[in-house]
Amino acid sequence: MSMATATAQPAGQTIERENYLNKHYGVGSWLFTTDHKRIALLYLISITFFFFIGGFFALLIRLELLTPAGDLVQADSYNKLFTMHGMVMVFFFLIPSIPAVLGNFLVPMMIGAKDLAFPRINLLSWYLYIIGGAMMMHCMLTGGVDTGWTFYTPFSTAFTNTKIVEAGLAIFVAGFSSILTGLNFVVTIHRMRAPGMTWSRLPLFIWAHYATSIIQILGTPVIAITIVLVAVERALHLGIFDPKLGGDPLLFQHLFWFYSHPAVYIMILPSMGVVTEIIACFSRKRIFGYSFVAFSSIAIAVFGFLVWAHHMFVAGISVYAALIFSLLSYAVAVPSAVKVFNWTATLYKGSIHYDAPMLYAFGFLGLFTMGGLTGLFLACLGIDVHVTDTYFVVAHFHYIMVGGALMGYLGGLHFWWPKISGRLYPEGWARLAALIVFIGFNLTFFPQFILGYLGMPRRYYQYPQEFQVLNVLSTAGATVLGVGYLLPMIYFLWSMRYGKPAPDNPWNAAGLEWKTPSPPTTFNFEQEPIVTWEAYNYDELDTGHKEEVKVVG
Amino acid sequence: MFDNFPLWPDRASTAASNVDALFVFLLIVSGLMTALIFAALIYFAARYRRRRGVLAEQIEGSTPLELTWSIIPLFVFMVIFAWGAVVYFKGRTPPRDSTEVYVVAKQWMWKLEHAEGQREINELHVPVGRDVKLIMTSQDVIHSFYVPAFRMKQDVLPGRYTVAWFRATKPGTYHLFCAEYCGTQHSGMIGSIIVQEPAQYEAWMSGGTTGPLSATGEKIFAELGCVTCHRTDSQGRGPNLQGVFGKPVQLEDGRILTVDENYIRESILDPGAKVVKGFKPVMPTFQGLVSEEQLNALVAFVKSQSQPGPGGPKTAAAPQNQAPAEGSQVQ
Amino acid sequence: MSDNTLIGLHHEEQHRPELLHHFATEEQQRNSASLGMWIFLATEVMFFGGLFCAYLIYRRWYFEDFGAASKSINATLGATNTAVLICSSLTVVLAIWAAQTSRRVLLIGMLVLTMLFGLAFLGIKGVEYKDKFEEHHVPGASFSFNQVPIPGHPDQYANPQHAQIFFSLYFIMTGLHALHMIIGLGLFTWLLVMAWRGRFTPEYYTPLEMGGLYWHFVDIVWIYLFPLLYLIDRHP
Repeated sequence: MSMATATAQPAGQTIERENYLNKHYGVGSWLFTTDHKRIALLYLISITFFFFIGGFFALLIRLELLTPAGDLVQADSYNKLFTMHGMVMVFFFLIPSIPAVLGNFLVPMMIGAKDLAFPRINLLSWYLYIIGGAMMMHCMLTGGVDTGWTFYTPFSTAFTNTKIVEAGLAIFVAGFSSILTGLNFVVTIHRMRAPGMTWSRLPLFIWAHYATSIIQILGTPVIAITIVLVAVERALHLGIFDPKLGGDPLLFQHLFWFYSHPAVYIMILPSMGVVTEIIACFSRKRIFGYSFVAFSSIAIAVFGFLVWAHHMFVAGISVYAALIFSLLSYAVAVPSAVKVFNWTATLYKGSIHYDAPMLYAFGFLGLFTMGGLTGLFLACLGIDVHVTDTYFVVAHFHYIMVGGALMGYLGGLHFWWPKISGRLYPEGWARLAALIVFIGFNLTFFPQFILGYLGMPRRYYQYPQEFQVLNVLSTAGATVLGVGYLLPMIYFLWSMRYGKPAPDNPWNAAGLEWKTPSPPTTFNFEQEPIVTWEAYNYDELDTGHKEEVKVVG
Repeated sequence: MFDNFPLWPDRASTAASNVDALFVFLLIVSGLMTALIFAALIYFAARYRRRRGVLAEQIEGSTPLELTWSIIPLFVFMVIFAWGAVVYFKGRTPPRDSTEVYVVAKQWMWKLEHAEGQREINELHVPVGRDVKLIMTSQDVIHSFYVPAFRMKQDVLPGRYTVAWFRATKPGTYHLFCAEYCGTQHSGMIGSIIVQEPAQYEAWMSGGTTGPLSATGEKIFAELGCVTCHRTDSQGRGPNLQGVFGKPVQLEDGRILTVDENYIRESILDPGAKVVKGFKPVMPTFQGLVSEEQLNALVAFVKSQSQPGPGGPKTAAAPQNQAPAEGSQVQ
Repeated sequence: MSDNTLIGLHHEEQHRPELLHHFATEEQQRNSASLGMWIFLATEVMFFGGLFCAYLIYRRWYFEDFGAASKSINATLGATNTAVLICSSLTVVLAIWAAQTSRRVLLIGMLVLTMLFGLAFLGIKGVEYKDKFEEHHVPGASFSFNQVPIPGHPDQYANPQHAQIFFSLYFIMTGLHALHMIIGLGLFTWLLVMAWRGRFTPEYYTPLEMGGLYWHFVDIVWIYLFPLLYLIDRHP
């Protein structure tokens, strides 16, 4: 993969500067790299692959749901489709996405380090991801799983005939990839900050990844052991979760959701970090309420561990347990709301540029707000009884994970693309893609809120006639959304060969990563930086001197 | 709205109005919040777009503002929580004099049996204005009994009973869905709740029955030999079951619990688990020897032994340690 | 441009071969390794934690049946194993001290002794498993636990299904623990080789410390497992 990275030269002459991409050639130099930037690219390729697999399943699901009858695929196949869509998208796309691609690439650079604390463990992380992914692919190609991504017992342990153990082991292995990434980030952020880079000077992207890493470290092992228990129970016909043998199916649900709820914060926190960086840069000012945004990330991580049973309000838990978990779920909503207010307030008296990353950030703000507000509906016990296990929940989590996390991921890819590749993507196409994604997304998922309140349950491949119009709207939106996702794939690839060479800091953005060449050298910094300025010093960047920073109120 | 394109579900139970009112409240709150944020975003995006010569103003933040927009939402959230909790609590507390229907879910159908004995498959006839309590269990995996028009949903678990209740307010036929994924024909595990005027319902009821469920239970009680130990003259090796349902009982280890459906069920399938004080643990287990329907019948029979007469169930005394004043929660 | 002064590290500075390139100082490298290992141990706590959670719940529900099942596993062997592991943690600490004070022979001796204790633990565990296998207490098709009286209630028999849950958790928990022991033995083999080659000095013994932390953790897990599994409702 060679990149002609031009430094400004008299016409006709370009010198290829050495950077992390062209330093060594050959497959071996990539497969045995310890450079965090190369590992980030390895992840980029792998997760994009799984994204399109999961997306393909989604397309088939939406096609089936065009008509009320089950006429495209058989019932068992449909059940496998939504299961595999969920498992692939959650474990092999969303959980790694931003941390493994943007986090790996940027965390060392943002704090002024040469690499992560444990580069070889970083490579191991990727290999574990690939092995888990290969196991999952094999599982899918040889029959797949049909339990839903939540694989509730006793259906998954004693009734289904599909390949639970193999899928479980695939997720188990991929889980260790997640744990090791989190471990690496926490140690790096604690121990490898450059001189002068105090905690309060860290970019909020780093705070977000720190909080995410805490969740990855503490939560993932619990799903790992749950998978072990399910696999052993299935293989040996034990009765830990099977009531016919004295076990309790609700115990499974508690263990499962103890990880899987914090997991959704693994998916959204990094995206919030990305959006923070973009909004600051394209408003040309400091984020409003830095400390509040930083601590709300930590608060979300901590509170996120206390709300898992809000997925079980009708599962048979006691009324008193339900009351407690509903109350705590409202507590965890507050820091997220605070962040939205802070981002909005950042725009006040800013100088706003509408480049593609900022369009994605705006999209995020709108869609995450809507998704987050519908979370209030679900946390409300009286309403949840009606809408849980319906399309209302499906719409809610897609607003957050796709409208929120994925928009942030795309925005971040666009923002840092010049740094990663040394090329500029085509701005016109990028803005168009952002618009298409926003429109397609709303058309796909808004009707599902209505479907959910009407009572259409999830995981249904046939449904009563009166739900058809809304389903057709949703499928139409999905096709538009698909186009919106294909476009970046095409023009990013195009830009790697034909894109304009990027300057070191095309956005004149704050942050240590922008003080390196585009693309950077293998060890990032020629000399260890010594930080004497605050984060988001846009006043200095725009005027050449420091302004007095106001505190309002 | 349109006949084949509804945008709002039917409202056919007392709970439905409560849930809808709460939902509309939330719609208004969210709508306001969305409008506020979107308005701010659009206004700022336009007003503060990049202009030549105009610099951005660096603002650190504002602690009072942060506190305000943390505390006010928290307060609103607490209101939503409290209202939701009340609606939920009501929904999980069946009234004391509810008519009972036993539900057995299996892959992939609903089997229902009225206390009076009528059996239905995938359909449930109920009269308008009557409190109906569903006592549900599953034969295999977890299912969920969901009636959108009643805004009612409750997971149905293997190995124990779960309870739901409703009072229908409008005659008609309403969807019954299984709402917990349960395998191949999960989306085919659907049926209807048929709400009828009382007169029509009586007519339907009298159309053939095998007799009340409790009578079936009494037969099984005799056939399986339960009556040899559980004698009504209190001389048997097992406790006298008359008048025992709904009352507190002391176990051998000192614990006190209330005799409810789950305790009766457990005592039949795992008799050594919670032995009544003063009795030896000699009862054999009937695990594998009784079906779910037979268990339901036995439970109905034991309950009938605590009622003044056949017909409407009245639990004899308010259960202790259970908060609600009306009815009991089977959790 | 703006006020960012970059002062360089002098690359000509001599540094020890143990210092990896991406670290600025050995102290940073050592602190990073230490923090990394502690975090890894936190993940292990959560991993075992799920099992402990399941165990505690079922023990509360089925206390008497668990009591009967617990009585049938050999507490003497379990106690011996506890003593073995505690001694092995002592030898680990002595090994580290030996490295800190340049006592190569003691270092190698203590590492070997640690591994011998580890092997002894696994051997005793093997004997226990064999006993369970012979008594048909291994969960699965040939499990049988009929007419076993509940401790303190000789007229009452334990529920075999509940006992099977005890044994399932017993084998999964002690099995997972034994797996960690085996991994620990592998780790210590590697440490032994490094020690033999003279890689550890008073200035550099980080791998020993990290290995030691891991070993202590495995020891502590057993110290929780032993009373929970072996000592339910024991009467003299």
